[in-house]
Amino acid sequence: MSVGKPRLAVFKFASCDGCQLSLLDAEDQLLSVADALEIVYFPEATSRMEAGPYDISLIEGSITTPHDATRIQQIRRDSRFLMTIGACATSGGIQALRNGADSAEFMRSVYATPGYIEVLEHSTPIADHVAVDFELRGCPINQYQLIEVIQSLLAGRTPRTPGHSVCLDCKRRGTVCVTVAQGIACLGPVTQSGCNALCPSYNRGCYGCFGPASQINLVSLTSQMEQDGASRQEISNSLQNFNNNAPAFREESRRLQDRNGEPD
Amino acid sequence: MGDRKIKVETLTRVEGEGGLFIRMSGETIEEVRLEIYEPPRLFEALLRGRPLEDAPDITARICGICPVAYQMSSVHALESALEVTVSPEIRRLRRLLYCGEWIESHGLHMHLLHAPDFLGFESGLEMAKQFPEAVNRGLRLKKHGNQLVDLLGGRAIHPVNVCVGGFYRIPRRNEFQKLIPDFEWGLNAAMETTRWVAGFDFPEMVSDCEFVSLSHPDEYPMNEGVMKSSLGDVIEVEQYEEEFEERQVPHSTALQAFRKSTGRPYLLGPLSRINLNRDQLFPQARKLADEIGWEPVCRNPHKAIIARGLEIVHAYEEGLSILRDQHLAGKPRETYTPQAGTGKSATEAPRGTLYHRYEIDDQGKIVEACIVPPTSQNQAQIEVDLKHVVSESMGNEETELARKCENLVRAYDPCISCSTHFLKVTIDRH
Ligand code: SF4
Ligand code: SF4
Repeated sequence: MSVGKPRLAVFKFASCDGCQLSLLDAEDQLLSVADALEIVYFPEATSRMEAGPYDISLIEGSITTPHDATRIQQIRRDSRFLMTIGACATSGGIQALRNGADSAEFMRSVYATPGYIEVLEHSTPIADHVAVDFELRGCPINQYQLIEVIQSLLAGRTPRTPGHSVCLDCKRRGTVCVTVAQGIACLGPVTQSGCNALCPSYNRGCYGCFGPASQINLVSLTSQMEQDGASRQEISNSLQNFNNNAPAFREESRRLQDRNGEPD
Repeated sequence: MGDRKIKVETLTRVEGEGGLFIRMSGETIEEVRLEIYEPPRLFEALLRGRPLEDAPDITARICGICPVAYQMSSVHALESALEVTVSPEIRRLRRLLYCGEWIESHGLHMHLLHAPDFLGFESGLEMAKQFPEAVNRGLRLKKHGNQLVDLLGGRAIHPVNVCVGGFYRIPRRNEFQKLIPDFEWGLNAAMETTRWVAGFDFPEMVSDCEFVSLSHPDEYPMNEGVMKSSLGDVIEVEQYEEEFEERQVPHSTALQAFRKSTGRPYLLGPLSRINLNRDQLFPQARKLADEIGWEPVCRNPHKAIIARGLEIVHAYEEGLSILRDQHLAGKPRETYTPQAGTGKSATEAPRGTLYHRYEIDDQGKIVEACIVPPTSQNQAQIEVDLKHVVSESMGNEETELARKCENLVRAYDPCISCSTHFLKVTIDRH
């Protein structure tokens, strides 16, 4: 890191602001983190807007416009360490649902004169455009993971976030499996941990907001869901959420759709 | 004075991305634009064909600061299409959840985004160095709001526990009770905060706008009611799209909202809510309003920060009354069978009225969705008020004038991320 306090910048692309809000929500640690770092660019939080170079850049949101595709290149050049925060930046977000659809028709259905707005046909993750040093998953991210990553960077160690599935966390916290006990469909077995198995503890199935875990057997889960009575369309829909463009989820939902007409 | 152009490329301490553009010729203001260049995310299109059960999870992602508002408007609208009536317990819990969001969102805006303008700091974090007590108090209030949404919603940002018909799980009584001591402290702290901001030095300004908000005979408006206006009109939510319209104006490529009857813009949000519903505030909030000499109808948009304070006090009082309620148990949600229909609903997001309409088919799939967020509605009024500031401060240096304009925009707490899928944007680059 450069002399003096490390310079932190936060940038926003197509997103809901929820992930950068996680930084503002880390109330207890916020003032001490703010002390260890120099927040030199963070439009949502401060009117201070310094130019690069930055030691750490946090990127929220996906690339959806030609202007943003150019802007991310400059941010990469300005940043020593570039980290994406959240499903939008890491997989393209919910807005990537247009990737598989007729994007022009989408625009027409929302805007009376779509020609005014320049948008790309696809919503893509940051890593499709520039090299990314670290990806933090979640929609939204977990603020404790964010603080842990920032702190480990400041300490010069490699950030560690677990890659196991939500399932394991349910076992750890003693939540009775919602699928086994109540027959509720759940993506927990294939979703990366980070939320401490939140949804099952509220009596609902995981809908995959942290994206696919590292080593998963998605086909085996979806076959089980089919056996339990869900239609291929329903299962495919359930994969098309906030991480619909994460390769594992995208490919399996396509495979299910392609097989939609086939007999069982 | 010759031709002058003022451009604020990036508005800071607002949610989402936008800028300001002002063009003057001599003493004439030729153009004032609130520019929004947030990329569109096309939510209304993404919702088509999805099961209706997905709506609260997907629409929450429109906005990270007010996800509860999106969840509440969507479940109410869908329940109206399905002809589902929720139990009084669920209704109370939904208000409790909304109290959490108001506390969290208003707390964030007041302390970290808006107060620095009055005290001359570039951020809340900078301000904390000189006003540690006030900023820490604000962070704690915000945290209470988050804790409440966390408990009842499962997560502070994008709650997981809200569904059409009610909740997936109702937290246990002792989980609610655990929050009571913090909320008792918070009620007093919120009053302190409100007194603190009421003492700021406010720029003089009188906006002659029309105030619009929901109104309800028995309660301060949040989840239900009719639309009321300071012109005396009462509009059923069913009639929303007949009374309000979005249209294109010559000087902007953004869709802006107007009242059809007057052809003029209108204002939503905390000022409108209090101006139209002051008598429905809980007692301590009402008493505090009297104590600080809050005008019967406040027309100074800069003072919206005080209105937010009063609403936080109200939210703590009402929140406490629900947390202490002995009868919150019961069925977590109502069941329903899908049927084709259309449902409309409006609720009070922290920034103002948020309207949703859904058409669903007999399989429970969404056929069409229409979402009108508060910021796209407030945008035209913000521009009118900006013109006012520019005309009063003509003689100021560019940076000073730009600063005054930015301060005014922040007073409305515009949520630019939310508004954009309803706005058309081009950037003027000369
Ligand atoms: S990942 Fe989710 S929470 Fe984060 S910015 Fe995107 S939509 Fe918002
Ligand atoms: S959807 Fe899955 S990953 Fe997301 S909060 Fe729920 S359990 Fe966790």
